[in-house]
Amino acid sequence: MAMQSEVQIDGLAKPTARSRWKQVMYGLKRDKYLYLLIAPGLLFFLLFKYVPMWGIVIAFQNYSPYMGITESPWVGFEHFIRFFSNQDFYLLFRNTMAISLLKLLFFFPLPILLSLLLNELRSAVYKKWIQSIVYMPHFLSWVIIAGITFLLLSQSSGIVNKMLVSLGYAKYDFLTNENNFWIMLVIQNIWKETGWGTIIFLAAIAGVDPQLYEAAKMDGANRLRQAWHITLPAIRSVIVILFILRLGDIMDVGFEQVFLMMNGAVSNVADVFETYVYRVGIQQGQFSFSTAVGLFKSVVGLILVILANKVAKRFGEEGVY
Amino acid sequence: MKRSISGRLFDAANITVLALVGILTLFPLYYVVVVSFTDPAEYIRKQGYVLFPQSWTFDSYNYLLSTSAFKNATLISAFLAIVGTALSLVVTSAFSYGLSRKRLQGRRFMMLLILITILFGPGLIPPYLLVRDLGLINSVWSLILPVLTSGWYVILMKSFFDSIPVELEESAVIDGSTDIGVFFRIVLPLSLPALAAFGLFYAVGYWNTFFNAVLYINDYTKWPLQLVLRNMLIDSSTQAGGTAAAEMMAEQNIPTETLKMAAVVIATFPILCVYPFLQKHFAKGVMLGSVKG
Repeated sequence: MAMQSEVQIDGLAKPTARSRWKQVMYGLKRDKYLYLLIAPGLLFFLLFKYVPMWGIVIAFQNYSPYMGITESPWVGFEHFIRFFSNQDFYLLFRNTMAISLLKLLFFFPLPILLSLLLNELRSAVYKKWIQSIVYMPHFLSWVIIAGITFLLLSQSSGIVNKMLVSLGYAKYDFLTNENNFWIMLVIQNIWKETGWGTIIFLAAIAGVDPQLYEAAKMDGANRLRQAWHITLPAIRSVIVILFILRLGDIMDVGFEQVFLMMNGAVSNVADVFETYVYRVGIQQGQFSFSTAVGLFKSVVGLILVILANKVAKRFGEEGVY
Repeated sequence: MKRSISGRLFDAANITVLALVGILTLFPLYYVVVVSFTDPAEYIRKQGYVLFPQSWTFDSYNYLLSTSAFKNATLISAFLAIVGTALSLVVTSAFSYGLSRKRLQGRRFMMLLILITILFGPGLIPPYLLVRDLGLINSVWSLILPVLTSGWYVILMKSFFDSIPVELEESAVIDGSTDIGVFFRIVLPLSLPALAAFGLFYAVGYWNTFFNAVLYINDYTKWPLQLVLRNMLIDSSTQAGGTAAAEMMAEQNIPTETLKMAAVVIATFPILCVYPFLQKHFAKGVMLGSVKG
């Protein structure tokens, strides 16, 4: 029956508004149970994703919880102007960029390197074991990882500082020290995500034609040269795409991690947009101002993601959407 | 084929490097587990240098699980992981299945709606105000309903359902089944592997629930495990307060270090239990979820 009506519509050169309407009503009725199935999901997206989008308008208001969105006075771009002319803005922007770029520089190459090493292993069993081990931290929460970091590095009771002392060195302040805060974030990130990051490269490597390696061996290429001239070029497009997409996400620093590792002594180098929004918005109740800050971050993020996708497509890849 | 000496050297170096990587990954976890089982007296005597404990003990665990704060938090997290996962799976799979049926009118529009939510989010404050206006503050539902499903998961699952042929449902429809009947009696049983994979991911997500609880749960008797853990491990060293953790740490003769490590182990244990099953599925999920090229 469905097929029949579709054919009918196709046959009409110009469906009139009325027949189109009838068509819609027919489809709704025919698929009423299907619509019932999607109803909860659709409701979820409308309520929890789109109602808050409407809530963004308070960035242009002086929102007061007692008056609500409809009654609160409009102030235009006042909050944005206040934010941009504020010293905080520079600090947040600097910290976000620093953390993101350091992660890009030091973390990004490691999964590639690790997957090349894994690929060179001859023993499949050993490979499987190492893979199982290095994937695992990905599933641990940031609370656990931050907690372990505190346990191991604490000045008073951490094992690392005890070792330093027994080796004759002075205790080192890892946790409340502005100088190493960024690099500590990067190291945590490396520990948690390097293994997980290899999955996509290993999959790309698995797609390489084995004949290429055979041919290279015939020509006398050793393993290093094979990796350099065959494996690496084979995954180059994946590397380029992931790099571009990561650049598109540069406004996201891994907020839970920063939130957990942050403390009063390092807030100068640790404060990023989300931690700022949380403190000023939720804790101090400046809803409109903090929504404006969040909106700025989201809009910049959106523009970067779209640009990144455009660039990725120019490289002949599909992008993420 | 004969292997050259340099080739063998390379192999040996590679195996060693990867073994080191494995050890570096495991060592922090190993140390935490070992200390958590170490006899408190031994821990103090050895000043924390415990790599192989002489005597194993459950003291820290018994103490932790006898405190109501920790027990409650564990139960709340377990509730989230079980009930939340079940609800998420039903809603996500039903929605994705509907969207995968090409005859459904408005599916392109709905897919667009979903894509927009992936690319652009309203930030922290508007969702917070919504949850508050719905009266969900301090309710366990504030940790489930706002994360019931996600754009990514719907798109991933839809691409899975796309492969289920229409002919399959047509035969059932002829037998008098409705779409709902087809979905529950034919489609879901066929999709059990996919459901298991998504279920594991949801369960890990719910078990690790943290920041939403920071936002929405002010009453510390209703905190999920991760929040109690944060308080025990991180806040307790920088600030003192009448919190659940402080209450828990007071008046006991077990060193706080072994207690803290036992808490980490309890919070990690369920993940390690499902990990072997997760591992079977996740590579596929990642491939679908990231670059399609």
